[in-house]
Amino acid sequence: MNGLDRFQELSNLQVDALKEIGNIGAGNAATALAQMINSKIDMNVPKVSILEFDKVPELLGGADSYVVGIYLTVTGSAPARILFILPVAQACRLVDMMMGQPPGHTVPQQMNEIEYSAMMELGNIISATYLNALAMFTQLTLVPSVPALGMDMAGALLNAILAQFGEVADHVLVLETQFKKGDEDVVGHFFMLPEPGSLNTILTALGVSF
Amino acid sequence: MAKIIQVGMADLKLAKSPDKLMTAGLGSCIGICVFDPAVKVGVLAHIMLPSSIQAKNAQNRAKFADSAILMLLEEMDRNGASRSRLQAKIAGGAQMFKFAGDSDIMKIGERNTQAVIENLEKHRIKLVAQDTGGSFGRTITFDVENGSLLIRTIGHGERII
Repeated sequence: MNGLDRFQELSNLQVDALKEIGNIGAGNAATALAQMINSKIDMNVPKVSILEFDKVPELLGGADSYVVGIYLTVTGSAPARILFILPVAQACRLVDMMMGQPPGHTVPQQMNEIEYSAMMELGNIISATYLNALAMFTQLTLVPSVPALGMDMAGALLNAILAQFGEVADHVLVLETQFKKGDEDVVGHFFMLPEPGSLNTILTALGVSF
Repeated sequence: MAKIIQVGMADLKLAKSPDKLMTAGLGSCIGICVFDPAVKVGVLAHIMLPSSIQAKNAQNRAKFADSAILMLLEEMDRNGASRSRLQAKIAGGAQMFKFAGDSDIMKIGERNTQAVIENLEKHRIKLVAQDTGGSFGRTITFDVENGSLLIRTIGHGERII
């Protein structure tokens, strides 16, 4: 039986362990984000869900909501995919904050090269911090790839990533954290999708294997 | 009242006029729309992958181009459509990320498009229109009354094929 098939068998203890690593990773990522934009960032308690492919876009406000997606593959002892998704309006605001520009300066359809790479850097730093924390905690080797950036419908961005899981599974394990800025709306969603087999590696490293 | 029937990722649904079929956020996936103009019945399949043959898990037939087309033909047969009258329109198969670490994700849209076209040919279903490729997502609405396919994008216009 492959790792994905066992998603349904996760015990409460295992789910808690996954939440805890999500918490540690996201906590560090939130700090990095806060430093970058010089403003306080809150995060919620991570959610662990086992979802049908169909249901994943719903987490992001529907398949045709307009989002920025920063995507990385993770190689090493526990291969996974990482996806940081944020609404386009929020992404533009963060870029303005990072670059000390007045709000509304960055416009989705007319982003210049510097704004574009600032957005990429944002995703890069958040993902790298998350992974570092995770690697320290689990003692696993996790190597992030260069990030890829997409700006379009949430469903469309997810398609290509979920397709890679599609050959072996109909479900995907999603470790989700939301970042918030003060009392305002959600800044972004951070997803980690372990590849088949990686789940058990991670759980073993945490001392709660199947 | 006419309904708009939602089709999810790796899903397949049939509609009879005046109902319409819709699927949101096609990226590398492909929406295969097949209809019979005489009986005004159509199917929309939202496939994710080109082939079920090498897949370790092929239980969901709507997920793959080859098995989804077989499934679609069965559905159409069951609802009074004639294979000789069938017309197909397809949309999707884009490359969503600017640059990705591995090459597979870059080509999945292209591979899907190719597989869909090959499988339509294999079953002698006439492909009358297509809107594939590019690097943008598509939301499509398929009107089985006349077979028109409305394609909406973000920043890449709107068209009917």
